[in-house]
Amino acid sequence: MKSAVVVFPGINRERDMARALKLASGHEAAMVWHAETSLPKGTDLVVVPGGFSYGDYLRCGAIAARAPVMDAVRDFAAQGGLVLGVCNGFQILCEAGLLPGVLMRNARLKFICRDVHLRVERSDTPFTRGYNAGQVIRVPVAHGEGNYEADEETIKRLESEGRVLYRYCSPEGAVNESANINGAAHSIAGVVSERGNVLGMMPHPENHVEDIMGCTDGRGLFAGLVAHLEKAA
Amino acid sequence: MKARVTVTLKSGILDPQGKAIEGALKSLGVDGVASVRQGKVFDIELSGADKAKAAAALKDAADKLLANTVIENYRVELL
Repeated sequence: MKSAVVVFPGINRERDMARALKLASGHEAAMVWHAETSLPKGTDLVVVPGGFSYGDYLRCGAIAARAPVMDAVRDFAAQGGLVLGVCNGFQILCEAGLLPGVLMRNARLKFICRDVHLRVERSDTPFTRGYNAGQVIRVPVAHGEGNYEADEETIKRLESEGRVLYRYCSPEGAVNESANINGAAHSIAGVVSERGNVLGMMPHPENHVEDIMGCTDGRGLFAGLVAHLEKAA
Repeated sequence: MKARVTVTLKSGILDPQGKAIEGALKSLGVDGVASVRQGKVFDIELSGADKAKAAAALKDAADKLLANTVIENYRVELL
């Protein structure tokens, strides 16, 4: 798996992401600066990592979404290439129009930095094939604007098309208001694009991939991507 | 030429910041506040003098960057 990690000023999770990608695939990820106008040849996966691009000025992800490299990411996605956006990356993909909806201020206004539980809604996608449908995983979140919202029509479509891949839940897998940490519509933690090749998610699977982190539940996502791409090759 | 672009949340979009401000005003004892919605104001200086051109440029700016039209409305005023 040849992956490219897009780097914007103010991003701070790119090295965690590159480390997780290397661990899963055995290949060093290419770091691509925001001013680039193309991606490395043969890229299989583009990752937009977390952080605070451009200091979250204007709106989270708004300025990064208009950076030169995003045209290349848009072309890559249009050709069916796999794109993963985590945290600020999710916000950037929404702002760039690669995913519907928007990440609003957390409903209870607080920045949330802790482990959460996610229910994997289906296992038949490149982004979830490393898990079983219904499986509960534990991964960290660190965000102030993770409250996913979209108009009613869009949410209805996302649900009917099975595009919600990860939902906030209790440790037992129950999706309810108390487990919905940021007030997201339908407890949505991660959604895919219409074609299913672009995933945005608020939690950080890349931070739960090694024993030293105390949990390896995030590994499945990366292992699944590697398995998907190997099968495709 | 000076212009102002005002960006506000669409009605129906939950505004937790506005709610917090509303609560703070109430606890300050400011009377008669029914509700608060917060937004953004951009004061922009334009180099040309053509009003039609300026209006078009400002609309472009608002659509492309200043507002996220999924959740926000905007108003352009030439001052």
